[in-house]
Amino acid sequence: MTTVPSTQSTQQVSTMTPVVDMSAITITFPGVKALDSVDFRMYPGEVHSLMGENGAGKSTLIKALTGVYQIDSGTILVAGESVSFSGTAQAQAAGISTVYQEVNLLTNLSVAENIMLGREPRRFGGIDWRAMRRRSAELLTRVNLDIDPGSLLGSHSLAVQQLVAIARAIDINARVLILDEPTSSLDVDEVQELFRIIQSLKEDGVAILFVSHFLDQVYEISDRLTVLRNGKLVGEYRTEEILRIELVQKMIGKELTILDDLEQRTKSAASGEDEEDAETPFVLATGLGRKGSIEPVDLRVYEGEVVGLAGLLGSGRTELARLLAGVDRSDTGELQVTGKPARFRTPRQALRQRVVYSSENRRTEGIVDELSIRDNIALALQADRGWFRPIPKRRLDELAESYITALNIRPANPDALVKNLSGGNQQKVLLARWLAIAPRLLILDEPTRGIDVGAKAEIQKLVANLADNGMSVVYISAELEEVLRLSHRIAVMRDRRLVADLPNEGLTTDNLLAIIADGSQEDQAIEVPAPQRDDTVRDAGRTTLTPPTTPDQEPTR
Amino acid sequence: MNLLANRLFWPIAMLVALLLVNLIAFPGFFALQVRDGHLFGSLIDILRNGSPTMIIAVGMTLVIATRGIDLSVGAVCAISGAVACSIILGAPDPDNVGTVVVAVVVAVLVSLVLGVWNGFLIAVLGIQPIIGTLILMTAGRGVAMLITEGQILTIRSDPFKWLGSGFFLGLPVSVVIAAVILVLAAVITRRTALGLFIESVGINPEASRLAGVRSKSLLIGVYVFTAFCAAIAGLIMTSNQTSADANNTGLFIELDAILAVVIGGTSLAGGRYSLFGTLIGALVIQTLVTTVYTVGISPIATMVFKAAVVTAVCLLQSPRTSQAIANWRRRSSRSTKQEVVAS
Amino acid sequence: MTATRQDKQATARAAAKPTTVRPPARQRPSNGATGLLTAVRNLFTNPKYGPVLVTAILLVLMFVIGASRYRGFTNPQIVFNLFIDNAYLIVLAVGMTFVILTGGIDLSVGAVLAMSTMITAKLLEAGWSPGVIIPLILVITSTLGLLVGLMIHLFKIQPFIATLAAMFLARGLCYVISNTTITITDPFFVDLANTRIPLGGRLSITWSVVVAVIVVIAAVLVLQFTRLGRTVYAIGGSEQSGNLMGLPVARTKVLVYVISGFCSGLAGILFTFYTLSGYALTAIGTELDAIAAVVIGGTLLTGGYGYVLGSVLGVLVLGTIQTLITFDGNLTSWWTRIFIGALLLVFIILQKVLTSRRT
Repeated sequence: MTTVPSTQSTQQVSTMTPVVDMSAITITFPGVKALDSVDFRMYPGEVHSLMGENGAGKSTLIKALTGVYQIDSGTILVAGESVSFSGTAQAQAAGISTVYQEVNLLTNLSVAENIMLGREPRRFGGIDWRAMRRRSAELLTRVNLDIDPGSLLGSHSLAVQQLVAIARAIDINARVLILDEPTSSLDVDEVQELFRIIQSLKEDGVAILFVSHFLDQVYEISDRLTVLRNGKLVGEYRTEEILRIELVQKMIGKELTILDDLEQRTKSAASGEDEEDAETPFVLATGLGRKGSIEPVDLRVYEGEVVGLAGLLGSGRTELARLLAGVDRSDTGELQVTGKPARFRTPRQALRQRVVYSSENRRTEGIVDELSIRDNIALALQADRGWFRPIPKRRLDELAESYITALNIRPANPDALVKNLSGGNQQKVLLARWLAIAPRLLILDEPTRGIDVGAKAEIQKLVANLADNGMSVVYISAELEEVLRLSHRIAVMRDRRLVADLPNEGLTTDNLLAIIADGSQEDQAIEVPAPQRDDTVRDAGRTTLTPPTTPDQEPTR
Repeated sequence: MNLLANRLFWPIAMLVALLLVNLIAFPGFFALQVRDGHLFGSLIDILRNGSPTMIIAVGMTLVIATRGIDLSVGAVCAISGAVACSIILGAPDPDNVGTVVVAVVVAVLVSLVLGVWNGFLIAVLGIQPIIGTLILMTAGRGVAMLITEGQILTIRSDPFKWLGSGFFLGLPVSVVIAAVILVLAAVITRRTALGLFIESVGINPEASRLAGVRSKSLLIGVYVFTAFCAAIAGLIMTSNQTSADANNTGLFIELDAILAVVIGGTSLAGGRYSLFGTLIGALVIQTLVTTVYTVGISPIATMVFKAAVVTAVCLLQSPRTSQAIANWRRRSSRSTKQEVVAS
Repeated sequence: MTATRQDKQATARAAAKPTTVRPPARQRPSNGATGLLTAVRNLFTNPKYGPVLVTAILLVLMFVIGASRYRGFTNPQIVFNLFIDNAYLIVLAVGMTFVILTGGIDLSVGAVLAMSTMITAKLLEAGWSPGVIIPLILVITSTLGLLVGLMIHLFKIQPFIATLAAMFLARGLCYVISNTTITITDPFFVDLANTRIPLGGRLSITWSVVVAVIVVIAAVLVLQFTRLGRTVYAIGGSEQSGNLMGLPVARTKVLVYVISGFCSGLAGILFTFYTLSGYALTAIGTELDAIAAVVIGGTLLTGGYGYVLGSVLGVLVLGTIQTLITFDGNLTSWWTRIFIGALLLVFIILQKVLTSRRT
């Protein structure tokens, strides 16, 4: 691998002692190696991005550093000294503080308290509120926030709360500041404001660990990056020396092509697409959007068509799927099913029209873990029939039996509780539940995430078969090979917008990576070869591929 | 080991132990007599005295299975008793069967409205069940007092009295009613898909929503059913005392009912429920009360024993305890394995 | 302000590149009449102050109605009598406020109160000295609270069930001690019960009121000025966040039940001053009054928002309802419960609206 040792940087970091030096960190959870001998280091005064898709081990690494998780093996040095934190409090005392994605502050208390609690100034044995306000006002100034320290935290926007969290973090004499997805709830201006604060902290010598799904931001702010994939270190790079496309490739990885025959078949099916254009699409979304979730999107899915939704995590692919199936309510645009207007305000209404959303969160939004396989399979069908028309016992058994056989669910015992099944089998049970109601549009959100290779292949085969038999499928996956292999058409989401919608003809992972990385437009994307290296990395995509489509997407300069 | 793992093991063991204590203290405990074609005996007394709790516990089981709780059942008991008694008292002929039927029907209808109220607060307004039902728990007894005008309404009505102390097919009417409600609830929820929906909403509300389960109407229905159960129990208790006492009818019965459900192995966290377990739980409580009598401990100490039972059951069900047991088992099985290897 | 601006400029200079970002300062409400209006509206819709304000206005309104309809309602002693009659409830509500602020609930307070009246009466009957009994009661009830807190924290038993068990236990022990009324004849207790502290102008209060006021002041200080107090609020806001902020969450969660137990014991002692007897069936349902007072006083049942002084207002509202009904003579006493229920409904819905506005 192209692990570039950071020989030098603008600040000659290599000559300094790293403020954080983690080596050969391994953490094992029951059944999974969450981190496998990962090295990670940070120098004072740098912004270091930690990159990787879901399940890559980013948050595990952060939790190992902050003492939330205990490491199984490896060493952690902070400013050259070996440490072993047994909790966030100890990590904070050593100067490592974290600002979490979901602001972990107390909305029911004042801004000042949120900054100072746990180390509040005291007078006569009690909290000195005046000193507390004074001190917190100073810290707020440092993050450029002009708000009343006495005001209720909950009365401020999420962006302000995020800055308050940072103010709290830097008060603990931070040497290392971990910002986990700090920008996910901020708008463009607020992001810029955050970046200015990061700059000034950086100049104070604070090392900043930055985690974000937004590549633009990563390239704008960070000096170096470390990429993780499946719990393993892929490499450490200087931001200016790695192209976006390379980065995305490293994050997503190349999967072994285990399903060549499948590929053949979908490709041939895709060729028959011309005639479909004449038909009415099964589902037609026009300007479908939701404030604070995704920008309006146009999308059509024909009968028997598999539309792949590609994009990085947080790109809006899940949000779009939820709007299509009535899980969230859209506030703009409209939806047509077989040419007739449809308004899905609940999943139930969508299910009535045989539009099904299978969530990426298998555990919290999918399976009902304390019920049996049989009950889980029957749930949606039964809900559709209503409580008064129970599925007859014999049919229920047949149903369970047939899906257990067809999908090869293990254990093959319909009475087994779903909570005792492996992830792959849980996913199959969930699929069986949706298939049981004979869906016409099946939206699968990350159906193969976190399951073993065998089950993955089975599920992919199944999807191809279903489409052959006339079912429409929207297939969401972070694994591009999977999307390419299965889809007739691929829609690409980026930064909460649909940036491309192209037929899967001659598309390669490289094409897709380019679009995901740079958000180019449909027409040109196919012809474009992999982007060439350019002087400034950030502009590489844009200059080679296409002019920017909307001005507000341009990085502010 | 399998037997121990069954969640009804501890409740049943407790019930058997209590019955044994009675048998030792009072050898004729299991004797049943037939007088005038009616069954009598200590066991029958347990069933009869326990029937109001049993009836409410059936409704409570379903509420708890949806992750809810209903604190207002005691107040509903008082209201239904008050409504029925004031109608019977107001009628020219209290012994007329028609009058009593009207009284019972009106009492039940009023209670159903109260159930809809609870369900509305919880399912539509999204108020936590414990808080939502607290309102009716507080105001309900006031309403009952309003109906009885602050009096204890004593009534003489033979048809109404039959409800609490009469016999049907040789068994006390209240026991028959309790059995009918239990069987009805079991059949309705297990023979239709209601039970599946109740459990799935209780275990994973969001997954159920995505699967198209209509949880709002389900929740309202469950609270209405519980109010129905409370109304029937209230009528039985009122009939038994031949008076409606707005202050004391059904006092603390919500706690006994919840206790019965918890002892019966239905978790307060919602999900899988067992009506049979609830039956066992209710019997354990009533047998406990009876045992305290028969053994000769002052009956007023019953509550101390109840406290002990609640604490014991909760501690046994606590995840920490089950984890400790699992650890202990693993350790012991590991050591046995090692022994095997060694030998 | 100037310091802020300078600093901003400094940061702007320090920033690597010029930006076109709008100034970060959030706008404060503008001045003038509209500003005042929005300020008032913000105050009422603020989950922190809104409900308390509503309660205070309600209380004032009830007094206005009382004064306009009934002769003698304007007598200031009416207010003092509210305190005299409800001193024990104020103390109970203070303990309950701590518990509810953390998002818990304590169903045992009524029974524990009854238990401490019984123990007091019984021990006095046996000839013990009040100087021993009173500390003993407080130790016993605090210990019970500690056990409940440990059950909740260590065994993850819901507060509802754990305190229910404590309620059964305490009520059962009452009956075990005696199922008849025990009259208190101890001179110290009788003295304290009958002594009036004159406030001039024929106004007076009792020692119970003094104790209750001290408890309230202590509670206000603890909640406002100690880390314990702020951790109580933090737990109600989010236990997880409190933990991440390094606050002593576990210890505090147990402590609130100890405090509630202590308050219940103390309330029991005040109650014996009031009734001069111990009776096993006394104070049934008082836990509901205490919970109602706390909720009407503006404390969110889900925790995190509320004030002890609000709970005191809540108790006063409950007391005033009772006084109004007594003065009226036409309304019967059971209207009290209905009014309380209706108020609870209003406040719970108000809370629901205020909290859902924020998310």
